[in-house]
Amino acid sequence: MTAATALTIVLFVLAALVAFGLIALAVARRPGLSRGVGAIGALIACAVGATASVFALIDGGKDARALDGILPIGRIAVGIDPLSAFFLLAVFVVSGLAALYAFGYFAPHRAHTQNTAPTFFFFNLLIASIAGVVIARNGVIFLVLWEIMSIASYFLVVHDHERPEVRRAGFVYLVASHVGVVFLFVLFALLASPTGQFGFEAFHDAATANAGLATGAFVLALLGFGLKAGFWPGHLWLPEAHPAAPSPVSAVLSGVMIKMAFYGLFRIVTFIDKPAPAYGLALLAIGIVTGVMGIVLALGERDLKRILAYSSVENVGVIAIGFGIGLIGKSHGNETVAALGFGGALLHVVGHGLFKSVLFQAVGNLVHASGTRALDAFGGVARRMPTTAALFLVGAAAVSGLPPLAGFVSEWLIYVGALKSTVAGGAAGEPWAIAAVPALALIGGLALAVFARVFGLVFLGEPRRAFDPPLHEASRSMRLAPALAAILCVVIGVAPLAVVPLLSAPTQTLVGTSVDLSAAFGPLPSVMLIVAVLAGIALALALLRRALLRGREVRTAPTWGCAYESPSPRMQYTGTSFSAPLVESMSLFVSPTRTTNGPTGYFPTSATHHESTHDIAAERVVLPGIRAFVAGLSWIRRLQRGRLHLYVVYVFAVLVILLIWQLAALRGAA
Amino acid sequence: MMVLADVLLLIVLMLGLAIVGTSRLSAAVRASAIQGVALAILPLLLRDATSPTPVALVIATALGTLAIKAILIPHLLTRAIREANVRLEVEPTVSLHLSLLLAAVLTGVAFWIGSALPLPRPARSNLIVPIAFATFFFGALVLVGRRKAVTQVVGYLLLENGIFVFGQCLAQETPFVVELGILLDLLVGIFVMGIAINHISREFEDIDTEALSSLRDDD
Repeated sequence: MTAATALTIVLFVLAALVAFGLIALAVARRPGLSRGVGAIGALIACAVGATASVFALIDGGKDARALDGILPIGRIAVGIDPLSAFFLLAVFVVSGLAALYAFGYFAPHRAHTQNTAPTFFFFNLLIASIAGVVIARNGVIFLVLWEIMSIASYFLVVHDHERPEVRRAGFVYLVASHVGVVFLFVLFALLASPTGQFGFEAFHDAATANAGLATGAFVLALLGFGLKAGFWPGHLWLPEAHPAAPSPVSAVLSGVMIKMAFYGLFRIVTFIDKPAPAYGLALLAIGIVTGVMGIVLALGERDLKRILAYSSVENVGVIAIGFGIGLIGKSHGNETVAALGFGGALLHVVGHGLFKSVLFQAVGNLVHASGTRALDAFGGVARRMPTTAALFLVGAAAVSGLPPLAGFVSEWLIYVGALKSTVAGGAAGEPWAIAAVPALALIGGLALAVFARVFGLVFLGEPRRAFDPPLHEASRSMRLAPALAAILCVVIGVAPLAVVPLLSAPTQTLVGTSVDLSAAFGPLPSVMLIVAVLAGIALALALLRRALLRGREVRTAPTWGCAYESPSPRMQYTGTSFSAPLVESMSLFVSPTRTTNGPTGYFPTSATHHESTHDIAAERVVLPGIRAFVAGLSWIRRLQRGRLHLYVVYVFAVLVILLIWQLAALRGAA
Repeated sequence: MMVLADVLLLIVLMLGLAIVGTSRLSAAVRASAIQGVALAILPLLLRDATSPTPVALVIATALGTLAIKAILIPHLLTRAIREANVRLEVEPTVSLHLSLLLAAVLTGVAFWIGSALPLPRPARSNLIVPIAFATFFFGALVLVGRRKAVTQVVGYLLLENGIFVFGQCLAQETPFVVELGILLDLLVGIFVMGIAINHISREFEDIDTEALSSLRDDD
């Protein structure tokens, strides 16, 4: 199949997605049918779209065409190239799994009795608009689809709009999206300014011809797309919007929608043939700050979905680090480094989409069964929900970058790229690239702590609370979707060489020349050997234990409670106490606050201890910034008197002044 | 013919000043009605013998203008004044004296614009562009400087009259059909405003548009 055929199929898939969404809306009176059409329709469309994108990716070709007469705005320029095909693949796979999950999640249930037809409509519209953004080849079309994407996802975020905190989260998200898109408007206007053309070819010519314009465009792209991706301190909307949204939506938001920001940045990079070294360093610095801050904040958080949202911020940081390494390589003319950095970033986009789907869906199963997201409410869940626990464990290991899973492979590529860039020396090397190595190591270590904490507190130990009805394993589709994503994570991790060929074409689009990435996996067999040996030892110990215990009486007894009277499950480690040592050492970044009202006297009556961490981005950067901004602009409010007369005066004054100015200019010229 | 046209244009200007300067609502409405009559005659006098527009169409426009601007709209406004029980003063926010002074300044500006504005071809009369702009400015002044909704309609009417006069120097470029279209627009606009006036007076027991400031988004 050629890229041209793939593009045709993708266009039909988009039309089908919108159609399924509309049908789901039309049959809203029959919730079962509406849910079936919405979810299964999206699943089939995504499966077809994913297949087409794989073929386009293998073909490696590109195609561009203009659709005439579909919309009144004129021609719609669309196209597909390996970069688009790669992102399409990620979008369709993650969204398809989310659709499968949504089928089970939105089944009639005591927790939500509301009409889900609009949810499925916006869900399908969101997938279609994300895929549309990827194939747009014109700045205006791109922005239109980008806005549809933001608005559709807004309506999904406020799915549970009865709750005030959800409405608040939706508002924060809407504001963040729209502030971001303002920068994108300016970005595309700037790129179009030399020619007046909004086609991507014109953008390429404009950015190549004028280095100053290219730098301006890159800065604007960092601001505009950075707000969508969640670069620190623009990440603040993520921990609001992701938890507010229903879990299948969270998976799509975190798994693919925020990656559209990276698609945008990659696309901008294809416009710039010769990036300045500072671009890559800037992105590297942003990535390090975002990654470390994200994971440190996840460490102190006690809301399951907020933890996952902060972990998304961390992964955005990792992708940005890879991107930065790639740009550094490109600007120094070091193709190997560029390919490793870009390839690692691209693979992490897909990998994160997959393992974050696993995690959000596993946590979704918990929330669905219990109705709460509080970390400290659970305990010993693994016995009640064994499949969910196993899936979460795979996702947690992958997100922490452990071999042999997807997160490890992409981070490996980035590590190798950073090291190669450092040791290359001369014009081809960049010593600062070494900063990526300790940063990635720190991020990985902290991620492991975060997910060890979540898994330990939620799935192990004793139940801290009784639920009514008791916790139960999720429905079949809600286990199948994360299981498929987990299998893909394992496949990427175990057989990276099978996946790397898919990376070569998009990497070539970004780098300019073809680089064989499989060379980077030279030491991989020894890593796999270590993994295999460790796994073998664990297996051997388990078998040994079984052998030793055979024929003996095995009893299950409570943990020794240090001889205290009447131990209770509440005496287990809490979310706060588990992470306290690490949070303490990171207190500069999370500003923990404690209020203790300790027991006093010989017969203490009550005692409380409250501890929480805060996002310093909100408290010290963004909120003061917004306040200063609003205060600085307050004089403009004086213009708004609520009097129509005055508004008319403003309009007239402007028109007359413009007229007189133009006439005076004419006279001066004559 | 051209002398007569100039006289008519000056009458339009004077009537505009009268609307700006009057303190009585009914006088303002009457003045705008007379202005409508003058405007209806104007295209007939300014008609170029070489113009391709058929005479019948010019006469039809004149009759339409007469019917709408001189009879229908003044009638509607008079009725609105009667039915909404408004007091008969115009209630200016900018005092009448200041309004007249501003009108004089704006007339000066209009004449300067008239001398500076490049036209596709010279106007039939030197007075057309300045008086068009002056009438336009007066309309703006009335729109902005008076509180009652009725006077706002009169201001809007004045604005449109200014555009109408300006259209006369572009008669060949502006087909008469466009002129008729503008007329229709105006009529619909006034109708809508008339309905709005009634609703405002019902809601606020007053047609003072200042009351709308209570809808302001306060901080």
